Amino acid sequence: MWDYSEKVQEHFFNPRNAGAVDKANAVGDVGSLSCGDALRLTLKVDPDSEVILDAGFQTFGCGSAIASSSALTEIIKGMKIDDALGVSNQDIADFLDGLPPEKMHCSVMGREALQAAVANYRGEEWKDDHEEGALVCKCFAIDEVMIEDTVRANGLRTVEEVTNYTKAGGGCSACHEGIEEILTRVLAESGERFDPNAVAGEIKKPKSGLTNLQRMKRIEELLEEIRPNLQRDHGDVELVEVDGKYIYVKMIGACAGCQMAATTLGGIQQHLAEGLGEFIQVLPAEELARRAAMGG
Amino acid sequence: MTDGIYLDNNATTMVAPEVVAEMLPFFSEQFGNPSSLHQFGDKVGRAVKRARRQVQSLLGAEHDSEIIFTSCGTESDSTAILSALRAQPDRKEIITTLVEHPAVLTLCEQLEKEGYTVHYLEVDKKGRLDIPAYYKLLSDNVAIVSVMWANNESGTLFPVEEMAEMARSAGVMFHTDAVQAVGKLPIDLKSTAIDMLSLSGHKLHAPKGIGVLYLRRGVRFRPLLRGGHQERGRRAGTENAASIVALGKACEMAREAMDYEKTFVKAMRDRLEQGILAQVGHCFVTGDANNRLPNTCNIAFEYIEGEAILLLLNKMGIAASSGSACTSGSLEPSHVMRAMDIPFTAAHGSVRFSLSRYNTMEEVERVIEAVPPIVEQLRKLSPYWSGDGPVEEPEKAFAPSYA
Ligand SMILES: Cc1ncc(COP(=O)(O)O)c(C=O)c1O
Ligand code: FES
Repeated sequence: MWDYSEKVQEHFFNPRNAGAVDKANAVGDVGSLSCGDALRLTLKVDPDSEVILDAGFQTFGCGSAIASSSALTEIIKGMKIDDALGVSNQDIADFLDGLPPEKMHCSVMGREALQAAVANYRGEEWKDDHEEGALVCKCFAIDEVMIEDTVRANGLRTVEEVTNYTKAGGGCSACHEGIEEILTRVLAESGERFDPNAVAGEIKKPKSGLTNLQRMKRIEELLEEIRPNLQRDHGDVELVEVDGKYIYVKMIGACAGCQMAATTLGGIQQHLAEGLGEFIQVLPAEELARRAAMGG
Repeated sequence: MTDGIYLDNNATTMVAPEVVAEMLPFFSEQFGNPSSLHQFGDKVGRAVKRARRQVQSLLGAEHDSEIIFTSCGTESDSTAILSALRAQPDRKEIITTLVEHPAVLTLCEQLEKEGYTVHYLEVDKKGRLDIPAYYKLLSDNVAIVSVMWANNESGTLFPVEEMAEMARSAGVMFHTDAVQAVGKLPIDLKSTAIDMLSLSGHKLHAPKGIGVLYLRRGVRFRPLLRGGHQERGRRAGTENAASIVALGKACEMAREAMDYEKTFVKAMRDRLEQGILAQVGHCFVTGDANNRLPNTCNIAFEYIEGEAILLLLNKMGIAASSGSACTSGSLEPSHVMRAMDIPFTAAHGSVRFSLSRYNTMEEVERVIEAVPPIVEQLRKLSPYWSGDGPVEEPEKAFAPSYA
């Protein structure tokens, strides 16, 4: 069956904090019967300190949904709600020593239940902005909706570009047929045809008239646009230096040691090139140091 | 044998010890190529011939040359459907059902992308087909009808013999995926109008990786794999001799056990089902209870999720399977449950128990004891359950801000 860690199994067989909390003052409901996963999180929050005194869950779902719910309640008990909001789905997965790619959505449901419960506590309305589709790329746990959205938002046309932007397809490549199908479908919306021979990322002609400062600002803006993608994977990027067509960046956090760093850099390069409308090259900051040392 | 209780025989079966014994020499001294003239090949060639007769006999086929050995049920299904399309290029339609195995459905989806029209017959809440609707679809445009004999999830049987007669009278080829039916039901192909039939060894106590396509003599055929003259040129590739011999033995044993299947296996299944239904509320049998495989029982437990049930069963050494979305890694519960319009509250909690002649009544009693506490434990965790029953109007009581 699934490759569940010991920790996942342990939290499934002996769930912590099962059941509704007595005198709860925050409730978060997420999921639905139709998708086979539903979670109700109840919290008792101390109104003065805003510390979560108690947390309980009721879950309709598979082994990892129950384990993720259990883990979530363990993580957030005793936290201030502001700190609790900083708990990401990756934190939940990490707490459980990882989840199979097909099951990452269980940890997302945990985080969403938490957001919903806090919104409920504060008397706000919580809106889910996350739609889920069928899993396309198992290597990187990327679903259909994510690929479609990224293709649309960035006008992608090749599998290679999809890999650069989402990572999907960057591993075993078994999902390339599925990605091609998505490209075919999305391109058809605008009356275009998917061309398997298209070359990734045609660079448009340089846009004249940007001052150095404007260009710098534009680079910052473009980096800002892709930052959420990196942060979702616990990484980040920092602009170090701009030297003509060479743009030096520093990869931070998970991105730094990630075996996909080169691909990620490629993705950043593509995004910057398209946004600036000129040919540029994105290089790691270490390269700057090396070039400086070589006196060149 | 093993310690656990294995009730997942529709997924795959244990290779019968007699079958293992029969095939072992073909890994060592009997290594020859059955096509070779010399004594090494000749002996193997004879063994393959004997196996072909054993399969023929279980299927009630008229000629042994109607048996084509393939690598699995999936290959047999693909070969049958693609052959019909290639042999009749002017016919661009296929008739099948919504509840076929992916071996047929996924291929049909691909064929739709390539321009073919596929008619998917619907089923009612008990998983039964609308035969008059099927009859109306038969025409000169249809290349092939492919309808499973028995459903792998619910065990429900389709009236394929009757449907094959209708197809024949309309001049349309008829194929049946009988992967779940062969070995569990008596079959006599020579007295039917079925043109092609798929079976898979590992569902009847032979090893994985061996299948058969039955091809009625005279039915127009185009091979999937072309190459050498093996299987009379209809399926090239050096024969998987050891597995073919094993399948032959397994077919012989299945024929001998046919009565046992109808009586004892069925009795164990019925006891299991009644035992569970008597103790657990809010659950029901899916499919056509009066017309199904003797070994299969599919129970939908409401308000809990199938994978969670399986994990707890597994912990007690009991193996079953589920149509929940989570067990397949997709978002939707099984297409078979959806086609029968089983409500989502239950579809995700459907569990299939499939028995074999290697199970015992004592095992069945142990499962009957194990299931109720597992269901209770999970219902305690469920937001749709409170105390002894579901919350009132579950869909409303638990109404998340999105669905
Ligand atoms: C009805 C049905 N058809 C086809 C198959 C596929 O058979 P095989 O695994 O031999 O390819 C199965 C087995 O899972 C089945 O149950
Ligand atoms: S599944 Fe997408 S690269 Fe492996």
